Amino acid sequence: MPSELIGIGKLEPFEGAFTKLKKGWMEEETVPPPVKAKMPHSNKVCDSLRDAIIRSNPKDGMTVSFHHHLRGGDNLVFEAIKILAELGIKDITLAASSLTTAHDPILPYFKDGTITQIYASGIRGELGKALAQGVMPKPFVIHSHGGRVRSVHTGKIKIDLAILAASSSDIEGNATGAHGPSAFGSMGYAAIDSWYAKQVIVVTDNIVDYPCVPQSVTQNYIDYVVKVDSIGDPSKIAGGTTRITKAPMDLQIARLAAQVIEHSGELEDGFSFQVGAGGASLAVAKYIRKIMKQRTIKGSFILGGVTSYGVDMLNEGLFRSIFDVQSFDAAVSTSLMDNPYHIEIPAGLYANPFNCGCMTNKLDIVVLGALEIDTNFNVNVITGSEGYVRGASGGHSDTASGANLTVVVCPSFRGRIPIVKEKVHTIVTPGESIDVLVTERGICVNPQRKELKQNLEKAGIVTKDIVDLAKEVELITGKAKPIEILDRIVGVVEYRDGTVIDVIHQVKE
Amino acid sequence: MLYIPGNNPAMLQQGSVYGADGLLLDLEDAVALNQKDAARTLVSHMLKYISYEGCEVTVRVNHIDTPFGLEDLKQIVPLQPNAIRLPKVETLDEIERIINVIEQIEDECGLPHDVMNVHVMIETALGVQNVYDIAKYSSRIDAISIGGQDLAADMQLVKANDGVGIDYARKQIVMAAKACKIDVFDTVYVDVENEDGLREEAEYIKKLGFTGKAIINPRQIEVVNEVFTPTDLEIRKAAKIVKAFERNKAEGIGVFAVDGKMVDAPVVQRALRVLEMADVDVESL
Amino acid sequence: MKLITKAQAGSFESSDVLIMVEPVVEGAGRIIELKSIVMQQFGDDLLKQINDGLDFYEINDVRLIINDKGALPPTISARLETALKRAAQLQTGTLK
Repeated sequence: MPSELIGIGKLEPFEGAFTKLKKGWMEEETVPPPVKAKMPHSNKVCDSLRDAIIRSNPKDGMTVSFHHHLRGGDNLVFEAIKILAELGIKDITLAASSLTTAHDPILPYFKDGTITQIYASGIRGELGKALAQGVMPKPFVIHSHGGRVRSVHTGKIKIDLAILAASSSDIEGNATGAHGPSAFGSMGYAAIDSWYAKQVIVVTDNIVDYPCVPQSVTQNYIDYVVKVDSIGDPSKIAGGTTRITKAPMDLQIARLAAQVIEHSGELEDGFSFQVGAGGASLAVAKYIRKIMKQRTIKGSFILGGVTSYGVDMLNEGLFRSIFDVQSFDAAVSTSLMDNPYHIEIPAGLYANPFNCGCMTNKLDIVVLGALEIDTNFNVNVITGSEGYVRGASGGHSDTASGANLTVVVCPSFRGRIPIVKEKVHTIVTPGESIDVLVTERGICVNPQRKELKQNLEKAGIVTKDIVDLAKEVELITGKAKPIEILDRIVGVVEYRDGTVIDVIHQVKE
Repeated sequence: MLYIPGNNPAMLQQGSVYGADGLLLDLEDAVALNQKDAARTLVSHMLKYISYEGCEVTVRVNHIDTPFGLEDLKQIVPLQPNAIRLPKVETLDEIERIINVIEQIEDECGLPHDVMNVHVMIETALGVQNVYDIAKYSSRIDAISIGGQDLAADMQLVKANDGVGIDYARKQIVMAAKACKIDVFDTVYVDVENEDGLREEAEYIKKLGFTGKAIINPRQIEVVNEVFTPTDLEIRKAAKIVKAFERNKAEGIGVFAVDGKMVDAPVVQRALRVLEMADVDVESL
Repeated sequence: MKLITKAQAGSFESSDVLIMVEPVVEGAGRIIELKSIVMQQFGDDLLKQINDGLDFYEINDVRLIINDKGALPPTISARLETALKRAAQLQTGTLK
């Protein structure tokens, strides 16, 4: 890893998950949030997004930020970038909390110099492929959800203009995602942008009478308000409820993971819990729900990305509360509105390592996925088997470092591609914060966690050495040739504390 | 016992990971007529390559009188899976003929006759009538099973799924198996989405005396295992009986009481069977 | 093995491979068109396995069109064997 990269500056190498935290404070200086002023009874409402952007006085080299709460239905990023490009703005740094395949349409702006750098917790689809192929002059930065908040505090991400979608807003910019025709739930990732951006535009398809309640972002931070016909594809923004997978393999892995959790010693009254939004990870909740009912265990809180399945568990009295930084389906919005114990939280409270205690620090059990995991338990959730960027760091490393029990669930191989292997292509979450891996072909406990291994063995759960599992997988799939890469670094992966845990090289085509 | 279509590589390579006790790699009904050759070859290669550790592997071949049956046996018997499952066996002559073919193939390959087991499927009215004679024909036959769908068709039943029409056959087949002291497996439950229906049927056939049940989707494993795995309460009760039996045996007492209920030899046998199914050692309880 | 007719085996399903066999004139050599979703990781292994298979059946002149969806080695072997035997009319199957 080089000590410096053009477009980023000095790189501080990762030196352990808690090396920086245990000092008790952050050494980097923080930047103050901007201070603005408005005359009484002035009007924030703009005729169009274009009008609002022009009034924000965009400049070359600016940083524009977005949240990803519209999920796969987001059209705002494209609309905004298109306007900026039409205005001739160049050299934009795009600081979106995450980029999905819904953002594929902005690819042309990577090529014409409109966007020259990306900060995001995840990048997928055509964008991730193009970035790995070296389309952009400056290296992109992958951060965690908690890490993004830190980067805004330190001015590493200096937001000139935040464009925040809301499903409802009043004319002063008190806005929420909890109701309206395009309701998407929590606006947790948008809060920090509203506080720190030099200018903030709230974009909504639903203006409500003043005041808009609840206030996920508040008027004292909002410069402009725009009513548009559509913030995106409502069926993808607010698509129904999340169903538990029916894929036998995911269910089998989830079943095994639930057994591990049951006998880990962590599943006790008052425990806190987080699972992913789909696949095997969400399916674990199904089995945990059953075990909680059988053993009449009552949990403290559900954290994180929240699905209707979590809401069901809250309503059944299995948990006392939900802390919701991001909602994954439409059914969640109603609960967020109606249930006082379903609480919207900003990303900093969720996962920023540099404060007096984010909520991931209070997690007992988290279940996470992986694109790859190596024999040191290091996890890749960002690059796919071709070396393209096709995933998200998200809250992976944040929750893994905080939780007492971090369970990674994944198949041991997909198609013919080994998932459990000697070396991952990109490290996002360090192995030291992973406690146990559950695959369909075996359960592997991190050798550092001797007590966990004993607890599982006492319950008759057979475990396997991860090195043996990797060998077993290789016997089935054959030895995969590593991804061919060039010397050029196209992106860096930041650990949540701001150090660089890995770099991403351009792939050789 | 999980059925896996013989021409489906994805399912063949993952079959052993779902927690089924046995796998039924199927060359018969789950394979289209024009893919019989492909399935046979695929299953042969998979058997050589994939370790199905922890699972009994049984291959269901086509009936010997179809154009595929003999070739199936020629390719599969030399690989000696745990068992071969023979569909639609109806008469004593037929089972005699098939086992002769199997043993001839084994002789040609220099293989013993007492390693690979034979499972017989009863799927016709004639088969039900002859089941005891068929089952006792050879000591290699270690299990029989009922094929509910085909039997219902053979019986010209219009509505088959409620199990009323095949109820007699189920009982007859269980009785034959018990008389021969071999395992007996129930037919599949085709409505994968209906977990409650599956549970009800599994509980019923357990009461009839079946050893287990064939399933067609890994999602059905959990329910069937739950039904067939003794509960903690059953295990503790069984352990109590067995322990009391051993104490009393030492003193020469054959009939005694546990929790106010009479215990004699058959009760002890059933308790031992519970512990065996639960795979627990009485001393550990 | 002598190839008589066009034939194929396998499917486009995940973890399967579709292999099409076409007899060619003697001396034309082995014309292998290989497409795989795991080309980068296993392309060389796949070609070697196919060539070893052709060696085993003593086939030097053939055109093979292979579309691999991440099949494991036993599936590759099985589909090749089936396709070749069908092309040699040693067994019947289908040419869809």
